[in-house]
Amino acid sequence: MTQQITSKDRQEDGEAAGRPLRNENLDSVVIRFAGDSGDGIQLTGGEFSRSVASGGLEFITRSDYPSEIRAPAGSLYGVSAYQIQYSNKPVFTSGEDLDVLVAMNPAALKVNLADVKPGGTLVVNSDAFTASNLKKARYESNPLDDGSFDGFRVLPIEISTLNATALRDSGLSKSEIGRCKNYWALGFVLYMHSRLLSEQIERVRTKFASNPALADANVVALRSGYAYAEVCEIFDTRYCIPVEAKAAPGAYRNVTGNMATAMALLAAAELTGLKVFLGSYPITPASDVLHSVVRLPHFNIVSFQAEDEIAAICAAVGAAFGGSLAVTTTSGPGLSLKTEAIGLAVMTELPLVILDVQRAGPSTGMPTKTEQADLLQAVYGRHGECPVPVLAARSPIDCFDIMLDAFRIATRYMTPVIVLTDGGIANSTEVGAIPAISDLPPFEVKFRAEPAGYQVYERDEYSARAWVRPGTPGMEHRIGGLEKHYLTGEVSADGPNHDRMVRLRAEKVAGIAKGYAPLQVEGNEDAELLIVSWGSTYGSVAEAVRRSLKAGKAVAHVHLRHLNPLPNDLGDIVSRYKQILVPEINLGQLSVMLRNAYLKEVVGFNRVEGRPLRASELCTAIAAMV
Amino acid sequence: MSEATTTKEDRPGNAQAGTRSADLTREDFETAQEVRWCPGCGDFSVLKQVQLVLPKLGIPRENFVFISGIGCSGRFPYYLETYGFHGIHGRAPAIATGLKLSRPELSVWVVTGDGDALAIGGNHFMHVIRRNVDLNIIMLNNRIYGLTKGQASPTTDLNVRTKTSPVGTADRPLDPVALALSLGATFVARAVDTDQKSVMEVLERAAAHKGTSFVEIYQNCHIFNDGVFERVSSKRVRDDNRVMLEHGQPLVFGNQRDKGLRLNGVTPEVVSLTVGLHTVDDLIVHDEKAPGTGMAYVLSQMRPPHLPVPMGIFRDVEEPSYEDLVASKHEVVKSKKGKGDWHRLTHSGDYWVVQ
Repeated sequence: MTQQITSKDRQEDGEAAGRPLRNENLDSVVIRFAGDSGDGIQLTGGEFSRSVASGGLEFITRSDYPSEIRAPAGSLYGVSAYQIQYSNKPVFTSGEDLDVLVAMNPAALKVNLADVKPGGTLVVNSDAFTASNLKKARYESNPLDDGSFDGFRVLPIEISTLNATALRDSGLSKSEIGRCKNYWALGFVLYMHSRLLSEQIERVRTKFASNPALADANVVALRSGYAYAEVCEIFDTRYCIPVEAKAAPGAYRNVTGNMATAMALLAAAELTGLKVFLGSYPITPASDVLHSVVRLPHFNIVSFQAEDEIAAICAAVGAAFGGSLAVTTTSGPGLSLKTEAIGLAVMTELPLVILDVQRAGPSTGMPTKTEQADLLQAVYGRHGECPVPVLAARSPIDCFDIMLDAFRIATRYMTPVIVLTDGGIANSTEVGAIPAISDLPPFEVKFRAEPAGYQVYERDEYSARAWVRPGTPGMEHRIGGLEKHYLTGEVSADGPNHDRMVRLRAEKVAGIAKGYAPLQVEGNEDAELLIVSWGSTYGSVAEAVRRSLKAGKAVAHVHLRHLNPLPNDLGDIVSRYKQILVPEINLGQLSVMLRNAYLKEVVGFNRVEGRPLRASELCTAIAAMV
Repeated sequence: MSEATTTKEDRPGNAQAGTRSADLTREDFETAQEVRWCPGCGDFSVLKQVQLVLPKLGIPRENFVFISGIGCSGRFPYYLETYGFHGIHGRAPAIATGLKLSRPELSVWVVTGDGDALAIGGNHFMHVIRRNVDLNIIMLNNRIYGLTKGQASPTTDLNVRTKTSPVGTADRPLDPVALALSLGATFVARAVDTDQKSVMEVLERAAAHKGTSFVEIYQNCHIFNDGVFERVSSKRVRDDNRVMLEHGQPLVFGNQRDKGLRLNGVTPEVVSLTVGLHTVDDLIVHDEKAPGTGMAYVLSQMRPPHLPVPMGIFRDVEEPSYEDLVASKHEVVKSKKGKGDWHRLTHSGDYWVVQ
């Protein structure tokens, strides 16, 4: 933090905070910023969430952006959005019904209007409602003038003009001034949400430290927007959520799921002292993991951008053979391509973590939209009897723990492990306490270096074979995709030996469930309805359960982090309830697995719309059952 | 990591605590595994040469890793008493890249075939060579799929009858040496399985080369494609059909060493050294260290009946290896940022502290 906060800044905060307005008391607020992908929407949203974070409130964010890199300005398909729900209570999702929509152009308004709750606020850059932009958004007439928004609180503001006026003496070019308008809008919204301007000014100065002229301009834009909101008297209320419970002391970060994943790779290297090897091929929405890791070669981590998905996993297999903690990151189409090599890792019994950041499929599908439809592929999608443990993260921060768990399982049981996250949590953010490496459970990896009596497929108490690093004298051995003798590792085409090996591999993976923590059932103890969830739907389901309980519905909830093998205590839990509801962003893949495992009828709640499940719809489904 | 397993930064040639490389013999590289190639297969002789070359390299046995794909060549690692990995079809170069990048101190070899490397694995072949990963790639080229029993491969000549081309192939063949050169390969050599001296020589040179060494071995499959290399392997006719490449030497060949190759424009042509029109001074002088691949590529295009097949080392130039370049990039970051520190990383930029 290089700049001192001036007394003027503090004064601005003071005046703003002191103005006699009716504060709207809410549990939580949901706001979405929307505009062209070139409008700096993600930046604006990110800055707003930092302001919320520093105020000690809880929040979850979600980014929604087009797959086109530079979609034509003003087009309906080029709209980028950033959403945040914040509260002084635990937050489970980025929210659904918007309290506030900030729309920087007509297209952004049109695409997002359906999500604004009745009576919600529309902050609109009226300067962008030109004939040309209205036409691109397929509006027949200007909706700001024709009563289209009756029932909403509409705030049409000439953001571009006001911003340009504020910056007319800045010395910046016209286009540079134009790019500052997101800070103007941010200033406006900060006032509206009772956030402190001084902190934001400090952040701008830090962020643009290398370009003082731009820093000054953005500060002017920010102040101008904030001041405009204060003096224009268009508000009768401001959103104000007082902090109730202070967060535990410590350091915090707001991270996306992909960032948490990258940090887990670093943590794995730090904990074990081993080299982490990441083999990856660019694919949305997983690429950000690779982007993060390539910047950190001063840690014990090597990354490799391969020529294709197959090479990415094969390089990881090679690194695993060499004794590194190997990982490959991808999304659905890439998981399909990696399938054969996963079988190779199963056969050679090498530790390997495969991250699938799921997206809407099949095929190219909707690359920037989320889905949970790779579950069956992850659990079953290989030739031969090919068991692979599967874990799924439930939130952005959970990606960190899940990835570390996956490495632990992979190395303890000498097996590839698939981790499922999805585009939703990969790009959403959540605040988490930063752990010290010494706070994390110890993670020891053993290599065998004792040649006497070494047999390649001799197994330990976890049914795992020993991991031997090439370079260890006297332990030269060969492994590969061919079936091997159950003990010596010699190539074997003997039928009974194959049967034995197939069963050994299956039993080894089944045995992983013995190491799980007991499942936690939340909600009403006497409920007859149990909701079973997995992966990123955790947030929507937890929110729906909370609302349903509040509404007097008897409902219980269990969330699965392990999808293969399923937890040993799940059968008992499932058998205790009359009805089972399984919400998923697919057509019922966990439902298939539960029916198969427990011969129990389950009801699916399935939406495949490329976005998180809506808690409100789920509440309706729950209400129909109890 | 437990204490017993603390990693040693053992490098090739550094025999600390390991097998003393000076004492190694061919027998040290033989395994108990029964060799299961067809009797008379050309692979036997290549295996023998590899087992003879390895003890000469001054590298402890435990630091060798042989990686293969699928096909008859895929069995190679099982017959070598080194660390070995039998991968999946076509992917050995990718597996080897991951191993070498994470364990640069190991001597990593890839054994592949024409189908494995050039059909299903064509993409990895291309990228491993353009990256110049420090690997030794031995391609056993028999111009046929052997293990799957006789289908045409990417190097099968046009109009050859195979299981999948009953009236002759319609696919034009590719030349592995020409392909490797077009990718900027820093070491390219060719030998024929029966010429044990040449095989030994190119393998030794390949092992000594830093960067990707690509060795094509013409290997006779006497079951499905017998005699396909007869012209360059049979003692009776080979000297008139092949030219042995020697660095700094004019390209002379022929049973009586009475013929030479000279350039007519950019096209090589055979000239007689006995009729008095040409002398050795007119001939192409082979330069395996030439900075560009142009002349080596011209040579790679020579084929019978009008031109002899070049055998030996086409190219051997020094360029930084991939893993060294990667390491040097990492050093740049390390020199700027110091050794990675978890606390410093997580407590910088966008974080905040609650007191």
